[in-house]
Amino acid sequence: MREVTVRDALREALREEMQRDKNVFLLGEDIGRYWGGAFGVTKGLAEEFGDDRVRDTPISESAIIGVGVGAAMTGMRPIAEIMFGDLSALAMDQICNQAAKIRYMFGGQARAPLVVRTPFGAGVNIASHHSQSLEAWFMHTPGLYVAAPSTPYDAKGLLKTAIRGNNPVFFVEHKLLYPVRGMIPDEEYTIPFGVADVKREGSDISIVATLYMVHKALVAAEQLSKEGISVEVVDPRTLVPLDKQAIVKSVKKTGRLVVVSEDCRTAGVSAEVAAIVVEEALDYLDAPIKRVAEPDTPIPFSPELEKHVIPDEKSIVKAVKETVSKF
Amino acid sequence: MVENAKLLEMYRQMLAIRFFEEKVFELYGQNLVPGTIHLYTGEEAVAVGVCANLRKDDYITSTHRGHGHCIAKGARLDKTMAEILGRKTGYCKGKGGSMHIADFSIGMLGATAVVGAGIPIAAGAGLSIKLRGTDQVVACFFGEGASNQGTFHEGINLTAVWSLPVVFVCENNLYAMGTRQSRVMAIENIADRAAAYGIPGVVVDGNDVLAVYEASRVAVERARQGEGPTLVECKTYRQKGHSRFDAAAYRPKEEVEKWLKKDPIARFQKRLFEIGILTETEVQNMVQEIKRSVDEATKFALESPFPEPEEALEDVYAEKGGAGAK
Repeated sequence: MREVTVRDALREALREEMQRDKNVFLLGEDIGRYWGGAFGVTKGLAEEFGDDRVRDTPISESAIIGVGVGAAMTGMRPIAEIMFGDLSALAMDQICNQAAKIRYMFGGQARAPLVVRTPFGAGVNIASHHSQSLEAWFMHTPGLYVAAPSTPYDAKGLLKTAIRGNNPVFFVEHKLLYPVRGMIPDEEYTIPFGVADVKREGSDISIVATLYMVHKALVAAEQLSKEGISVEVVDPRTLVPLDKQAIVKSVKKTGRLVVVSEDCRTAGVSAEVAAIVVEEALDYLDAPIKRVAEPDTPIPFSPELEKHVIPDEKSIVKAVKETVSKF
Repeated sequence: MVENAKLLEMYRQMLAIRFFEEKVFELYGQNLVPGTIHLYTGEEAVAVGVCANLRKDDYITSTHRGHGHCIAKGARLDKTMAEILGRKTGYCKGKGGSMHIADFSIGMLGATAVVGAGIPIAAGAGLSIKLRGTDQVVACFFGEGASNQGTFHEGINLTAVWSLPVVFVCENNLYAMGTRQSRVMAIENIADRAAAYGIPGVVVDGNDVLAVYEASRVAVERARQGEGPTLVECKTYRQKGHSRFDAAAYRPKEEVEKWLKKDPIARFQKRLFEIGILTETEVQNMVQEIKRSVDEATKFALESPFPEPEEALEDVYAEKGGAGAK
């Protein structure tokens, strides 16, 4: 085992898969030798694999994804980087109408093994066009898988699975996670999609959290344990497929649920998780489900405003205490 | 000079498209075609002239008006018709329909019904060719309306700068649905836009199959030799309305009549008579034979079952059960 950052873990996955399969290549804006990606994930890969396999593109998100789709349909395994997740809106047709539907509308004769990597999330004061968490948009598009790792271990294992699979994958990264450190094994491993990870075991209440919120939930859980509340933290790791069993199992054990997600509250990740539990484990609930999510606003610029709308440890602790106090 | 056998094959394909579309129209009138249809009637010279330069392993991308592209690339009439009728035996098992026919076994990468969306996808197939190091070529069909989409700009620019083996074939039939080109574009020739990307742009009479053949031959060769894309604009006309109920009242009668006189099949037939490689009797025989195969395809389609309702849940993901599995 060794300690790496999420950024390093992602890069290792890319490097290992490019070494393993010559059909894997990368494309995106400034991912090549002159910049290495806006967040440095692809740094050094152009030097190692050449400019043909680590391709800088024009600022043309629709073409980046469209080219990925066409290449994927004809035998390649492209990995497209969209510099900021917000900009995936520019490629929405290619992601949601083309990549996602090619297998289905052509009756299963085609496949589009394309991975779209992109960072979501607030926390660095870059306002409404660079800070959103839009993963629910893609959960709402049948044909796409949506991965959302929170640790270096998960990031590497899930990215390798995404690259090797035969479905288009929307691979969500969180920009605050890139420098986060964690242990990964030296040997080869992958993580299957649709398998949640219990990041902390507990018995009084379940928190289902995603991406950077997993870390905030863990901090909150630690604090709550000092006050005698035992919190279980479940990280779904992939939003599509979603490990319903693991979520339901945890709720059946604790009888209480708080869902923490950085995306908007309405029709978001937290709404989906809550709906599943209501459908499948309502009788096990000892208190109403609480959601801690972004309050349906664009992401503001000024630090005080941004902090106000992004869930934090304090709001998680508060939600847990309110839920636990109900009988 | 094109070989006689090839000329006759091109003529036969144009007839096949024409009679196939007429049959689709007829079936539509009998309420046997679900949804809508966009007929290729009148534009046959474009698909046939371009595809006559392609190998089986070359790719094409197609549009909502795609039946002609399929047939010209070598798709089977029976599976095409079955798909249009929503049958289980169709190319896409009834999941795509008229606007989404694909046959990957002949390089037909499928029709997208989002105007302009096929352009970057064709670029991607071109990049795939380049990275795999083969000498295949992609022909990307789209209408003049698509040239106003951002994907046209993004896709062609990228294809040009990476010198990818793609031939962009603009089927300019003057109308985007009911909107005449002059109402939405300040230029007459879409091919002029090629200059913006530093690639050749040529205008051809899209109702003259030999003109289309020659222009696309040069473009395909250029692409195959790694010299990059070309934009070939084919001036043509749809003889029917945009889709099922469209009587196309927005088009002046004189204009329609003028274009009907330029019917690509009649013109090519006249040419073949003139050079003496086709006779009236041979035409009759060919027509009979094609009508017979269209009828057989129709019979196959009509006798085919509809998909089982539960099949709607298949093919969403590579894994059976897909996202809802757990």
